[in-house]
Amino acid sequence: MFLRLRFDSKAVRKPVISAVTLKTSALINIIKAEVGPRRGELIVEVDDSIAEKVEKAFEELGVEVLRLKEKVERNERCVHCGACISICPVEAIVLQDGRVEFLDKCVLCGNCVKVCPVKALKLPTT
Amino acid sequence: MKSVEDINEKIREGSVCVVTAEEMKEIVKELGAEKAAEEVDVVTTGTFGAMCSTGVFLNFGHSDPPIRMQRVWLNDVEAYTGIAAVDAYLGATQQSEKAEDYGGAHVIEELLKGEEVELKAISKGTDCYPAKEVRTVITLEDLNFAEMVNPRNAYQRYNAATNSSDRLLRTYMGTLLPNFGNVTFAGCGEISPLNNDPEFRTIGIGTKILLCGGKGYIVGHGTQHCPGYATLMVKGSLKSMDPEFLRAAYMPGYGVTMFVGIGIPIPVLDSKMAEKLAVRDEEIKTKILDFGVQRRDRPVVREVTYAELKSGRIEINGEEVRVSPLSSVYMARKIMEELKRRIERGEFLLTFPVERLTPGKALKPMKTAIKLVKSVMSEAIVISPETSVEIAAKIMIEKGVNHLPVVENGKLVGIVTSWDVAKAVAMGKTGKVGEIMTKRVIVTYPEEAVELAAKKMEENDISALPVVDKSMRVLGIVTSEDLSKLLAR
Repeated sequence: MFLRLRFDSKAVRKPVISAVTLKTSALINIIKAEVGPRRGELIVEVDDSIAEKVEKAFEELGVEVLRLKEKVERNERCVHCGACISICPVEAIVLQDGRVEFLDKCVLCGNCVKVCPVKALKLPTT
Repeated sequence: MKSVEDINEKIREGSVCVVTAEEMKEIVKELGAEKAAEEVDVVTTGTFGAMCSTGVFLNFGHSDPPIRMQRVWLNDVEAYTGIAAVDAYLGATQQSEKAEDYGGAHVIEELLKGEEVELKAISKGTDCYPAKEVRTVITLEDLNFAEMVNPRNAYQRYNAATNSSDRLLRTYMGTLLPNFGNVTFAGCGEISPLNNDPEFRTIGIGTKILLCGGKGYIVGHGTQHCPGYATLMVKGSLKSMDPEFLRAAYMPGYGVTMFVGIGIPIPVLDSKMAEKLAVRDEEIKTKILDFGVQRRDRPVVREVTYAELKSGRIEINGEEVRVSPLSSVYMARKIMEELKRRIERGEFLLTFPVERLTPGKALKPMKTAIKLVKSVMSEAIVISPETSVEIAAKIMIEKGVNHLPVVENGKLVGIVTSWDVAKAVAMGKTGKVGEIMTKRVIVTYPEEAVELAAKKMEENDISALPVVDKSMRVLGIVTSEDLSKLLAR
């Protein structure tokens, strides 16, 4: 499961990932990280079985956690060309019987949105 | 042996056997070419991809008082008016004067969808055409003629693209990730029309086709038509087309283009044609070119088949690289099915070409005088990272230079500028050059075009580039002064 973690100016100074790993023994795979001096945002992957425990541990350290269930949205302009496929960092876009399909592992990075020649894609508004 | 007339007779009777290119491959495999040619009358082929050489001739009708349009804009996209008074050619890739991601292709798509488009035209005014300006709103219905005429469509095959450089490239082949991060390719391979009739026995001048869902014709071979990379010039009335089979597109950082859908019926005249129609992606080869080298002749990274490209992954230098198509097999299938349906219903009769296409000749490059970095570079004065800041300053003054590449064990490891030295002195840092040098050096190569070196300097806001070879040995330096001397000549 993918989790989006948001750190405020306090949480961003703590070694949260290590703390949570030590506490939960969960293997945390960092998919995307943008960390600045005052705030940070991480997208991490953890095993479904331990997700709840990990989520709680992050929250205790003052991190805002959101489970990523949504994926990139597509409209009818899509012509299934596939320009987005090789740009996706997590291989969440595939051709299935000639159609471009988005798998559940989308991390909402937005790379595909930027390269779509017909502007058929957008990030869900949260 | 069948003739096109025999097949048309069957279409009229409703007894014709039509299959798509994909179905035909299986039929030939199963029955053999001889039997397949007896059974099947027509094979529909299709392609759907970005085709820049696309546009529409428009005739707007005359205003009152009339105008001889010297320049005309449709939704701020300029159309070419160097023809008769109210005729213009709107090219798909022409960019809007107001927005980078909007252009001729978008205007064409909006017209086809029945949407209103703003027209502005200007003229000097003449005795016969006194009006100097016209502003109005038009729709496709208001136009007397809207004829799509595309000088180059339906490429038989196309070179695939990758990027060896360390920066992301935004090209007409889509976004290319650094360090061979991905590959993109265009063309539909084994179902694409020209791969199924490579000898142009039935695809020729006058062949009736399905162009963006409407009735179209082949006018001749396309521009840049050459052996192995055949192209077509096609025409059709925009008013007969279906917006489903045409889509305006924008390649980020590059510009506007148009997805065009083309379906071509191939009559199966004999077993030889059936053999050609059995062509598979495994047999269709193309090259992967390195767009990281910004020259006309981009290096070939490797040869590849369409089967490998369509598999989604290929190997480059031992690494697995993901592949993106830029053409849509999904849409090409829809086109083949649509054309098949129309022929079966008796709505689409075949034509035999009035003249055959030639195989074409190898393309000539444009004659331009290219200036390479090696012809303008000057001798570089190099120092070691152990040199003191003071000595570096002295060398700069003595030699009259502002840039000193820093070399260790024969390799470039940094650069110091007179500004770096001044800054170091001002801050009281008077140690070794190695402590104050810029370590991430932007470099150029002797075989690189001067334009490209200039672009690197501008983009990075720097005034000199060390010239190095592949192993980072310093061969010289180009400075902005060297380049301005070129212009002054």
